[in-house]
Amino acid sequence: MLIENTIILSHRLIKGGYRLLTLKSSKIAPMVQPGQFVHLRVPPSADAVLRRPFSVFRAQAGRLAILYKTVGKGTQAMEALRTGDEVNLVGPLGNGYPNVCKNSLPVLVAGGYGMAALYLVAQRTKVKGIVFVGGKCADDILCADDFRRLGWNVRVATEDGSTGQKGLVTRILDAWLNKKPRGRTPEFFACGPNGLLKAICKRVGRNGWDGWISMDRHMGCGLGACLACVQKVRKRDASGKETWAWARVCTEGPVFACRDIVWEDNGMKQTSNTQHRTSNVE
Amino acid sequence: MPMKPDLSIRIGGLVMQNPVMTASGTFGFGPEFARLVDLNRLGAIVVKGISLKPAQGNPTPRLVEVPGGLLNAIGLQNPGFEGFVRDYLPFLRQYQAPVIVNIWGHTIEEYAAIAERFSEVPGVHGLELNISCPNIKHGGIAFGTDKKMARRVIAAVRARTRLPLIPKLSPNVPAIAEFARIAEACGADAVSLINSFPAMAIDIETRRPILANITGGLTGPAIHTIALKMVWEAARAVKIPVIGMGGITSAKEALAFIIAGASAVAVGTANFSEPRCTLAVIKGIEAYLVRHHLASVRALVGTLETGSAS
Ligand SMILES: Cc1cc2nc3c(=O)[nH]c(=O)nc-3n(C[C@H](O)[C@H](O)[C@H](O)COP(=O)(O)OP(=O)(O)OC[C@H]3O[C@@H](n4cnc5c(N)ncnc54)[C@H](O)[C@@H]3O)c2cc1C
Ligand SMILES: Cc1cc2nc3c(=O)[nH]c(=O)nc-3n(C[C@H](O)[C@H](O)[C@H](O)COP(=O)(O)O)c2cc1C
Ligand code: FES
Repeated sequence: MLIENTIILSHRLIKGGYRLLTLKSSKIAPMVQPGQFVHLRVPPSADAVLRRPFSVFRAQAGRLAILYKTVGKGTQAMEALRTGDEVNLVGPLGNGYPNVCKNSLPVLVAGGYGMAALYLVAQRTKVKGIVFVGGKCADDILCADDFRRLGWNVRVATEDGSTGQKGLVTRILDAWLNKKPRGRTPEFFACGPNGLLKAICKRVGRNGWDGWISMDRHMGCGLGACLACVQKVRKRDASGKETWAWARVCTEGPVFACRDIVWEDNGMKQTSNTQHRTSNVE
Repeated sequence: MPMKPDLSIRIGGLVMQNPVMTASGTFGFGPEFARLVDLNRLGAIVVKGISLKPAQGNPTPRLVEVPGGLLNAIGLQNPGFEGFVRDYLPFLRQYQAPVIVNIWGHTIEEYAAIAERFSEVPGVHGLELNISCPNIKHGGIAFGTDKKMARRVIAAVRARTRLPLIPKLSPNVPAIAEFARIAEACGADAVSLINSFPAMAIDIETRRPILANITGGLTGPAIHTIALKMVWEAARAVKIPVIGMGGITSAKEALAFIIAGASAVAVGTANFSEPRCTLAVIKGIEAYLVRHHLASVRALVGTLETGSAS
């Protein structure tokens, strides 16, 4: 993990509000593992006292790229960045995706910027796998051709049917799973909205497969210090009873094993030991 | 070549090589920033609030950015006394920077007990007493906003520890000077201020609070000038050192605190956007002292001129 002043090599609109930002980075770029992220200092303004986390889309000798969508004030401020401007990064941060298991078939499932977060998985895996990508419309389907160029099979679904199959990505995934020939066991790598991640974990859990998901959480420090980004994960207590603990998405994550995640509605409620109804000033 | 100014300051028996510390809760329990910041260069490392038993903290979301700052309601999540001593303190002992542990409890007895336990542990150089957290036993009255309770908790802790003791004052009071005086009268070695301001944010589309805890504490640039006034008031009221914090993003705010009467300062929220902010503040203070021909930072403390400028 390092802090680096990078220089913008290019910055352009891809489609549907997504921009590709390519940075000259000699220190952070070579260290990046698939699924890791960088914490980017948006152009300082009174309104953005925090950095913003972005998955690394591409990383090669001396350059690093992110693919981002404008959704709020920080990303809006980023739009004004020009070639030659300086951008300060902290990274690479977090635990990324593990290597694909030797005998498994990598199945990538993405929504939104998930395609960017998963690209390095495909690029750095020898086995050619399959990618399922979904979105509301054609504009949400990013970099499908980048995966095809790597020799991967890309299946697309959009809710409005403007490209690929009409419907949710889980629909085309399920259709494929139903017809899947025997052979390599699928191993899942997913990044996208929570609903999608949950759907993947359900399928993975039901079949006893391995699956890895990248969680998106609003972050404070990105360094594991502020405890803002926590996610419930399974844990056994001293007596072997199943319980939960907080994991920091910025440090233990953003990638977690499906089997470790405690989804909020499954009955493992937090037993509070601080009084929630009073104003809990730190 | 101008002489290197002396940045050292003293809090009770604790000597710090410079007046810049980390604000509790913004710098973790020790190792989190160590790959980006040389901890040996800090005046002191103040760790996140520790309680006797581990605490899970609040549900999420716990943090939201607001104009000029942050709201947080982490809920004092921490590994507890034993967890901290076992998992973090050995790491911190490798560094020469003094370690100040921020402590809290639900009852006066819990405060006193954890203070006593930390007094027996090598590698802890001071205690910051967070008296702005909710007090469950006493029906939600915060220790830090009730003078009688503040007196009782500080006195109880003082009786059980000889470590430098620094009550951390809540800004949520009409006259902060009175709380500083109470701390001094109870034998505190310094006071630190301020903690965050109770505040909230609402998502108008869903009509729900953004923080799961509904309310949180406001920190960052937005609170700096309020903190400055409070530090000025507290410093005039007591002889013990005052540690100023609230919205420091550069040496400029830190110097303002010092001129207002603070002997030391702490950097909080700014660590998130600029992990090396503490180091930049140290450098900036040094450069200022050189530029103003001051031999030591102590010579700057409380030098605010309030008479009419001639
Ligand atoms: C590990 C990781 C990797 C990521 N990778 C990418 C990527 O590759 N590409 C990409 O486009 N994005 C990525 N993101 C998401 C990206 O970080 C956010 O979109 C970005 O921070 C938004 O910043 P903003 O200032 O534009 O939006 P903001 O103005 O901060 O907020 C955007 C929206 O979130 C809401 N919001 C703000 N704070 C909170 C809170 N505490 N809790 C709940 N809601 C809140 C706001 O109301 C608003 O609607 C990633 C996030 C994580 C955690
Ligand atoms: C995320 C976060 C967590 C905090 N946790 C604690 C804590 O555990 N104990 C404490 O005394 N203060 C805590 N604080 C308050 C800070 O130590 C400091 O008083 C406050 O943030 C003001 O300084 P700043 O404006 O520079 O951030 C916390 C602040 C933040 C932002
Ligand atoms: S963002 Fe601060 S701990 Fe994860």
